[in-house]
Amino acid sequence: MTFVSPIRTYGLALAAALMLGASPTVLAAATPADTLVIAGKIDDIVSIDPAEAFEFSGSDMLNNIYDTMVEIDPATGQLIPGLAESWSVEADGLTYRFKMRSGETFHSGNPVRAEDAAWSIQRSVKLNKTPAFILTQFGFTPENVEQRVYADGDTVVLVTEKPFAPTFVYNCLTSTISNVLDKELVLANAVNDDLGYEWMKSNSAGSGAYKLISYKPAEGYVLEARGPYWRGEAQLKRVFMRNVAEQSAQRLLIEKGDVDLARNLSTVDYEGLAGNADVKEVADLAGYIFYIAANQKNEQLSNPKVLEALRWLVDYDGMANSFLKGEFIKHQAFLPRGYLGALEETPYSLDVEKAKALLAEAGVGPLTFTMSVRNDQTRVEMATALQATYAQAGITLEIKPGPGSEILGDYRARNHQLTIQSWGPDYPDPHTNAATFVFNPDNSDEAKLGGLLAWRTAYDPGELQTLAEQAVVELDADKRKALYEEIQRKHRDTSAFIPMFQQLKRSAARSNVENFYSGGTVSSAAYWLVTK
Amino acid sequence: MSVSDSLDPPRRSRLWSYLRRSLGLVLTLAVTFLGLLLVTFIIARVVPIDPVLAVVGERATEAQIVAAREALGLDQPLWRQFVIYVQNAATGDLGTSIRTRTPVAEDIARFFPATLELATIGTVFGVIFGVPAGVLAATRPGTWVDQVVRLIGLAGYSMPVFWLGLMGLLLFYGILNWVGGPGRLDSGFEMMYDFDVPRVTGMILIDTTLAGRFDILRNAASHIILPAGVLAYYSMAYISRMTRSFMMNELSQEYITTARVKGMPEWRVIWIHALKNVMVPLITVIALSYANLLEGSVLTETVFAWPGLGLYITNALLTNDMPAVLGGTVVVGVVFVALNMFSDVLYRLVDPRAK
Repeated sequence: MTFVSPIRTYGLALAAALMLGASPTVLAAATPADTLVIAGKIDDIVSIDPAEAFEFSGSDMLNNIYDTMVEIDPATGQLIPGLAESWSVEADGLTYRFKMRSGETFHSGNPVRAEDAAWSIQRSVKLNKTPAFILTQFGFTPENVEQRVYADGDTVVLVTEKPFAPTFVYNCLTSTISNVLDKELVLANAVNDDLGYEWMKSNSAGSGAYKLISYKPAEGYVLEARGPYWRGEAQLKRVFMRNVAEQSAQRLLIEKGDVDLARNLSTVDYEGLAGNADVKEVADLAGYIFYIAANQKNEQLSNPKVLEALRWLVDYDGMANSFLKGEFIKHQAFLPRGYLGALEETPYSLDVEKAKALLAEAGVGPLTFTMSVRNDQTRVEMATALQATYAQAGITLEIKPGPGSEILGDYRARNHQLTIQSWGPDYPDPHTNAATFVFNPDNSDEAKLGGLLAWRTAYDPGELQTLAEQAVVELDADKRKALYEEIQRKHRDTSAFIPMFQQLKRSAARSNVENFYSGGTVSSAAYWLVTK
Repeated sequence: MSVSDSLDPPRRSRLWSYLRRSLGLVLTLAVTFLGLLLVTFIIARVVPIDPVLAVVGERATEAQIVAAREALGLDQPLWRQFVIYVQNAATGDLGTSIRTRTPVAEDIARFFPATLELATIGTVFGVIFGVPAGVLAATRPGTWVDQVVRLIGLAGYSMPVFWLGLMGLLLFYGILNWVGGPGRLDSGFEMMYDFDVPRVTGMILIDTTLAGRFDILRNAASHIILPAGVLAYYSMAYISRMTRSFMMNELSQEYITTARVKGMPEWRVIWIHALKNVMVPLITVIALSYANLLEGSVLTETVFAWPGLGLYITNALLTNDMPAVLGGTVVVGVVFVALNMFSDVLYRLVDPRAK
């Protein structure tokens, strides 16, 4: 009997393993020519049902699958006709009529009818998920929505509770919750009376440039072009989004050409890519505002002099030009640039002497505050910078970092002192931010108006709320704009909020990728226009 | 006459002891799982985070929050919530993930195979390289071989895995182009895999082989080799150190001296006689190391965009998706217990005394 030495056996196995590992692998570096391959962070998507979807990554996806009656031009950000070819509002200021295009079809082949558009709005109101307020603010309730929104032949009739600024109504109708769904298809898949809610968790029923082929939560999705489309057939046959959480991994993928678009790189990555001729940056303003909220239940923070001093103790330029460079711009109003009436002036800057004088006038002793921040790097860095500038004026700032939901929970329960928060608009109308920064109908703890930022920080907006109520029903667009400007100025100088920065939306694209629109502040990504 | 009466006394007592052992095992398992469920459940409830906010988001009104709280059963007393959870878990229902809106069991069935594939390859390579390295070091203590093994082991212990992973990606993918990048497949192949390959095990290497799609298999292999290599390195560092110390201990035993005196070839003394005895404690070490990798190596999975269990549980934790965290923890617990039992069985095969 021959005995094979185990050393030799191991040796053979080792050699085999090494050879296997070292064998040159031929790798297809380029992405398929007819497919737009994107690396993004999509694990925040909670729902892909337009009645519930409320995250940016989800809205980006749905914008390519569904249409709305009123659309936003991806290139200009202006309102344009969507599935409705024209619209009008009657003299009473309550009744809107949207005439639908004829001959359009859903991905299923079913015709797009006024009935579908009206039913989709009814469905969103009846399901009453988080974004439903965008529609219910017009006075629609699950009980009355069938009487207030209905189809009349090829026209959708929409009757609001009271007169609103028409631009406000149209703007809200461009948001994800107003997407037009294929009623027949959804109802065919409904279970009991769930209006297709279960089925819509993993399926789509739209009329957009792409149809959903597969969706794997937190992994990715595949879209396929539907063919002829009223806004022009999609240039690329497929969109493949892959969830890549790690920014450096996204960078490697775009550098190697394994993806065409990378949507979540860090500032450091963009600096690293600066000299790379194969990759270019596509930058837009995003709607996110970063601000400080000062709890007015705190005696010292409710002192107007102290609040003013804090406005002069932010090193806006220092931060915007260092660790926030390329990610944020200095911005000192509650409306993001790109919105009707948004203020671009920035009168505040770091002025320690002025702040000290204000604090002396306030007559408060040595101040110590706690600032709660979500423990992501940017926010913690902002808090650290504030800690340093506050200290120059003799204010001790204790930073309390925590997970997002914990910090948010504190804020909603009015348990914070100072907190750095961000706010992104829900629909492309100035009322979206006015309705939360300057609305607080009942400032008592019992009111529990946790959805309103003003209530969260116990800020009583006083006359500003009245002005904002006027602005949302002002029929004249110019007067409306002037009203928002006035509200923002007063809010900036007197409120419990200190707006500091507006975020940028950056993507890295391979140099052959053209016509990618991220949607800017008012809309979502348009993938159907992209060529490569 | 009953069946047991027909058995002769020794067989009956063997059967009885077998039954008793099995019963004991089932009881131990039940208590272990109940304890596991209880601890994770309590931790999930005492953290100062409101799980409802994760469901309804920042914009929700108080009424929506109350509705969501009721829908999740969070308005019930704690003990009742726990009873319901245990009842559901017993029937395989781990609840519905807040984040993905799909049943947790379904999610885990999707994410776990990716981890299983990665961890298995990592462990296999860890053993292939780690055991011989440990043996070599033990037989030549103090020599350069020993120093090299120790150095490699030390480096494996002390280098942060995300750093090693990123450097690996940069070198082998970014510069040398030898391996595939982050993710389990190139995008083109991923779509093919999605639509052309039937899911049998969820492990790409196996499913593509079964479907005869060797082009996808090749691509998958080029993607898995680097993350598996990183895990293998860690597993090897641990296994080689343990092997070394077990082996040193074994080589000082008298039976080894006897064997040498009798003129047995040195390789036989080491690789047959000593290694056989080292195998018993080593099995535990390997099983534990395998279990560690199966828990999902969070950082490796993040760096390599590997949709595995570790990434799933971490994301769930960060978004406060407690059903997913609990479900994931239960699965990890099951894996641990199963591997422990498996190593028990292996003991008995390797060492007759353990019977």
